[in-house]
Amino acid sequence: MDIVDLSRFQFAFTAMIHFLFVPLTLGMAFILAIMESVYVMTGKTIYRDMTKFWGKLFGINFALGVTTGIAMEFQFGTNWAYYSHYVGDIFGAPLAIEALMAFFLESTLVGLFFFGWDRLSKEKHLAVTWLMALGTNLSALWILIANGWMQHPIGSEFNIDTMRMELASFSEVVFNPVAQVKFVHTVSAGYVTGAIFVLAISSWYLLKGRDLAFARRSFAIASAFGLASALSVIVLGDESGYELGDVQKVKLAAVEAEWQTHPAPAAFTVFGIPNEETQTTDYALKIPAVLGLIATRSLDEPVPGLAELKAKHLERIIRGQEAYVLMLQYRAGDKSPATVKRFNEVKEDLGYGMLLTAYTDDVANATAEHIAQAVEDSVPQVWPLFWSFRIMVACGFAMLLLFALAFWHSAKRTVDKPKWLLKFAVFSLPLPWIACEAGWFVAEYGRQPWAIGEILPTHLAVSQLTVTDIWISLISIMVLYTIFVIIEMWLMTKYAKLGPSSLHTGKYDLESPSGVKEV
Amino acid sequence: MDYEALRFIWWLLIGVLLIGFVINDGFDMGVAALLKVLGNSNDERRVMINAIAPHWDGNQVWLITAGGALFAAWPTVYAASFSGFYLALMLTLFALFLRPIGFEYRAKIDTEQWRSRWDWALTAGSAIPALIFGVAFGNLLQGVPFYFDDILRLHYTGSFWALLNPFALLAGVLSLLMIVNHGATYLQLKTEGELKARSEKLSAIVALLCAVLFVLAGVWLYVGVDGYIVSSVIDTNGANRTTEKLVEVAAAGWFVNYGKQPVLWLVPVLGVLSFIACALASKARRHITAFVSSSLAMAMVILATGISMFPFVMPSSSHPAHSLTMWDATASETTLMIMFVVACIFVPIILAYTGWGYYVMRGRLNEQHIRDNSHSLY
Repeated sequence: MDIVDLSRFQFAFTAMIHFLFVPLTLGMAFILAIMESVYVMTGKTIYRDMTKFWGKLFGINFALGVTTGIAMEFQFGTNWAYYSHYVGDIFGAPLAIEALMAFFLESTLVGLFFFGWDRLSKEKHLAVTWLMALGTNLSALWILIANGWMQHPIGSEFNIDTMRMELASFSEVVFNPVAQVKFVHTVSAGYVTGAIFVLAISSWYLLKGRDLAFARRSFAIASAFGLASALSVIVLGDESGYELGDVQKVKLAAVEAEWQTHPAPAAFTVFGIPNEETQTTDYALKIPAVLGLIATRSLDEPVPGLAELKAKHLERIIRGQEAYVLMLQYRAGDKSPATVKRFNEVKEDLGYGMLLTAYTDDVANATAEHIAQAVEDSVPQVWPLFWSFRIMVACGFAMLLLFALAFWHSAKRTVDKPKWLLKFAVFSLPLPWIACEAGWFVAEYGRQPWAIGEILPTHLAVSQLTVTDIWISLISIMVLYTIFVIIEMWLMTKYAKLGPSSLHTGKYDLESPSGVKEV
Repeated sequence: MDYEALRFIWWLLIGVLLIGFVINDGFDMGVAALLKVLGNSNDERRVMINAIAPHWDGNQVWLITAGGALFAAWPTVYAASFSGFYLALMLTLFALFLRPIGFEYRAKIDTEQWRSRWDWALTAGSAIPALIFGVAFGNLLQGVPFYFDDILRLHYTGSFWALLNPFALLAGVLSLLMIVNHGATYLQLKTEGELKARSEKLSAIVALLCAVLFVLAGVWLYVGVDGYIVSSVIDTNGANRTTEKLVEVAAAGWFVNYGKQPVLWLVPVLGVLSFIACALASKARRHITAFVSSSLAMAMVILATGISMFPFVMPSSSHPAHSLTMWDATASETTLMIMFVVACIFVPIILAYTGWGYYVMRGRLNEQHIRDNSHSLY
């Protein structure tokens, strides 16, 4: 593997491990705030115990979220130095604002959440919990504004003198529609994760016949919160972003294995086997018109297929080749008005010209084969996207079904919930994580070959490190993260099994003389 | 406000963030680094940990913010320093990984072996970054080998082992001792009895040692380390032309700014005096004075380094003309302006709720308190 593959692998690994913990933090923070609100409103101590116990599990998860988050803030600089230089003027701002506006708030108040119970009035502690939840969500907002810009980079301009992208309109970056839909979709997915977590563990207590009052109340809160969140993930899913920008169009075409542009309205492929060689989908099962409706919100607009998109990329790569050559001329000292004028005409395609640097050092004399190869690689592989998208959607609907049933039984105040439902809930525990990881895979693998859509190719964005350097860091990170995740899961399981007895209030089942002794 | 003023403000703000980091996160790193040194029993170590438990997480955000602000305000510096010091930075990150889980997981299992392992993890997680940050500054002062190619891609040509040179190691030890001392002054404020007495004793010695090492580093810098001087005119109001200036390397070059403005000597002098004041105050059990002097001393060390290097941020030893300065390695004027406004709004708010957090958790901790709240504390 070369430095590009290794750097990509390291980033993917650290980001995907980080995102095992983030969605649970996002969801649990709100669930804790809701539980504590009920406590403050009703004065029933069981709700305080719920907040404290689920808070313990939240803490175990939160610690690894912070640990794995440290790497995220610094690895753009360590492993993506050209990226940091080239787009830091835009991309750095939301990251810095995230720290100032959100991460400070979240991290400072998490300390008071855990240690302030005896030192703050009920109301003040509740305010702390809500502000902590607000902090986690604001944090997600700014990170997704940064990520949205990678997918759909608006509000910025190339500056040939500083050889980088520079901010033109901050409000465009903040109100980037791709970022906004991503934010809503991602935080809702986090709420679903938190709700499934509480629902599954509460169901396990109910199945075991333990701590029934505690578990039923937790079950009820999780099912209501989860149902609302699952609906919002699906309804406000980020389909609406797919009509914007080339990268999103390519992603949509790949996700749907839309090889050719078909007459509008496009059909939705429910299932099939994408075949890269023949550029067709074997055994495709299609529902007419649905894709057109989802993607364009109309019946008369076609959804562009990969072949059509590649044809456009060919034109842009040829113009981009010229832009790249003019850029080098300018930087070598030829600042004549003719060069500047022509450069400005083709500079929109500079990024496409940069794609050629993956195949030849001499972009000016790139051969037809080089260009053909660049066009071929200008869209990501179809099958990984096709499948991960379907896995995500399938998990999403399974969870929606679970929440609907759980909510129905909660609302009916069924005292003994059916065993099959409780088992369904317990076995659903991995679903939100599978869905989140699959979703991020679609978003980021679907962005390839770009680090910043249409602006900076991934292969140019890396730091000029040695392969040995990255192997050292990659292996160390993999070993450390594996150890951390094992410890985390072990502690989480241990405390989930102990349940509210771990609070040592003397009120819960395992604390009775017949119960299991705590280690 | 023009571009030049914004660039200068951001040089100050990065300094403020670094100082905010060493003062706030510095004491919790120092306390954690001292776990095995000052804590003689599990209860004592728990007192130490719980003295920082409600605050360390918020404090660590100073570091994250410094990283983010560097990315936003000096993107090329962020790129060059982090990728250039790659393995050193990775080592720092690995150490930092151990802190959140160390604090959170240590009390989750009640066995001696489990706790002892996390004590070591916390010690390493706090001492290693403190040491490496100092080593990094020691190297920045000597210049590091890198250059830019035709599309401004950075190529770093040094090695990890070259970072571990004597001057940089001296800076590393100074940095570690400053943090350790700062942690001990915080423990003076938050603990009682023997633990407090041990913290006082430690500060009384270590703060003096810091003063000596700081002076030693200054003398070494004067006689043994070449400084960098910009010998062409940089357009401080124009676009970055990072590779187009002229830079000279000169003996005692890092003292040129002090020569031009002798009043600046007050900064390092105040630094030395603050260390001495910290040692005396610790001995005299003036705990607040000790903590404040330690904070002031560290701020002066950072400021003195910044003044020495001004306007350089990351000099290139192999291609001095490619050195990064705070005039020609910044973000655009628009971004600097937006980030300035954001900082003006949020830094006071952050200071307000951080201060409130300390107020809520005020008071000293003792071993009885730990035993009484064994299941809710760290």
